[in-house]
Amino acid sequence: MKPSPLRYFRPTSLPDALDVLARLGDEGKVLAGGQSLIPLLSMRLAAPPALVDINSVPGLDEITVDAGTLRFGALVRHTDLERSDAAFAAQPLLRRALLNVAHLTIRNRGTTVGSVVHSDPSAELPAVLTLLGGSVVAQSRAGGRQTERKIPASEFFIGPLESALRPEELAVAVEVPVAAPGEGTALVELARRHGDYAMCGVVARAVVEGEQLKSLHATYISAGDMGSVVDLGAEVGAVGADQVDLDALGAFARKVVETDGDIHATAEYRSHLVQVLTARAVRAAVDDAVNDVRKEAS
Amino acid sequence: MTEQVNLVDESAEELHDVRVNVNGTWREIRVPARRLLSDALRHDMRLTGTHVGCEHGVCGACTVILDGRPVRSCLTLAVSVHGHEITTVEGLTGPNGELHPAQQAFADCHGLQCGFCTPGFVTTIAAYLEENPDPSEEDATEAISGNLCRCTGYQNIKKAVLRAAELKRGGAEGQGEARQ
Repeated sequence: MKPSPLRYFRPTSLPDALDVLARLGDEGKVLAGGQSLIPLLSMRLAAPPALVDINSVPGLDEITVDAGTLRFGALVRHTDLERSDAAFAAQPLLRRALLNVAHLTIRNRGTTVGSVVHSDPSAELPAVLTLLGGSVVAQSRAGGRQTERKIPASEFFIGPLESALRPEELAVAVEVPVAAPGEGTALVELARRHGDYAMCGVVARAVVEGEQLKSLHATYISAGDMGSVVDLGAEVGAVGADQVDLDALGAFARKVVETDGDIHATAEYRSHLVQVLTARAVRAAVDDAVNDVRKEAS
Repeated sequence: MTEQVNLVDESAEELHDVRVNVNGTWREIRVPARRLLSDALRHDMRLTGTHVGCEHGVCGACTVILDGRPVRSCLTLAVSVHGHEITTVEGLTGPNGELHPAQQAFADCHGLQCGFCTPGFVTTIAAYLEENPDPSEEDATEAISGNLCRCTGYQNIKKAVLRAAELKRGGAEGQGEARQ
């Protein structure tokens, strides 16, 4: 239960960090909060030859809301984002999701961008980012030239623990759109203990205009395909916000979302959870959207 | 200090100088990059109050306070705390050996049996009370939800959280300052 020998770099500026990553290529692994990486190192499921510790790089710990986009840097700890009132006002789903991410002690050190990059299908953040249509801001430096690209969530998550981030790239920030008027969101999950990895979770987003449901989407935690969004609205059709048939939606989700069994839950039990939790998440998201519409109107 | 025993052969590994403030004193250690903070505290600094249970972040026994916030020392590399401040369970006790309210509360409420998990609980609760001086019973449960105890069944630990808050609010005795 000790990491294998490794080389360690602690760059103190962004260009230096990018240079080190470019030089190391496949051999380098970024260390931010380390709350997923260090257990992997200790269990020797991962043994990168070198770590690039970005904790001393200035400017990566900022949370900004600008032009309809909420952006948080690579060193923003879960706790900081969860407690940021500006971030909550811009996109309330993040706080709702983060309160389910591990325990406070882990959230104090772990970073939200790191959780996205780790690309774990049983984590909350990949499902949240996919549902919101957010993106990862990746920077790299080759031959002294710094380049940046934005990778949309739909292209970022390739599979379990696999993302589109290249070895020489650093995910400097994650961006999500600010909540639209009439947008309601919810995250509902079931875990053995609060804070543990969910056996199944559903993230839902509803948009209501007047009294009509305009759109309804969901993504899944520990179920379904990473990076894919289930369009529940197409199944519901054009109905009033108070007329959504939750039972029918749950049954539909059970049909289209594939599940696997593991030590924590059988595939059949997970499918049952997909059905039940979809109904609960949709209810909560639609209620949240209706409340938002009422708040706007008053 | 006495000569320290080298527990693993690190002759082939690159070593890093780490300067870290532990319980108010700046300490300098030379460690390989892979040294976990929990091991650095116990082996390199001989502060064995921090206990190592699961070594992958699940049990919470190794919790220390890093720059005011509780973190898992087994999920932190010693090299990455260079220049930072750490409080371990040893650092909670006052200069004359008086117990921290969180420690006193564990004694008052019979919050420990074997005591292995206790340092992690005490550091977690001490840091928690700095931010939430008046927790409800539900808050107390949430505060300790990331720590495992295999003896007590948690009820007395929950009582200890509330008792610690009471002691902290009411001074050393905590008498006559009953909760509103």
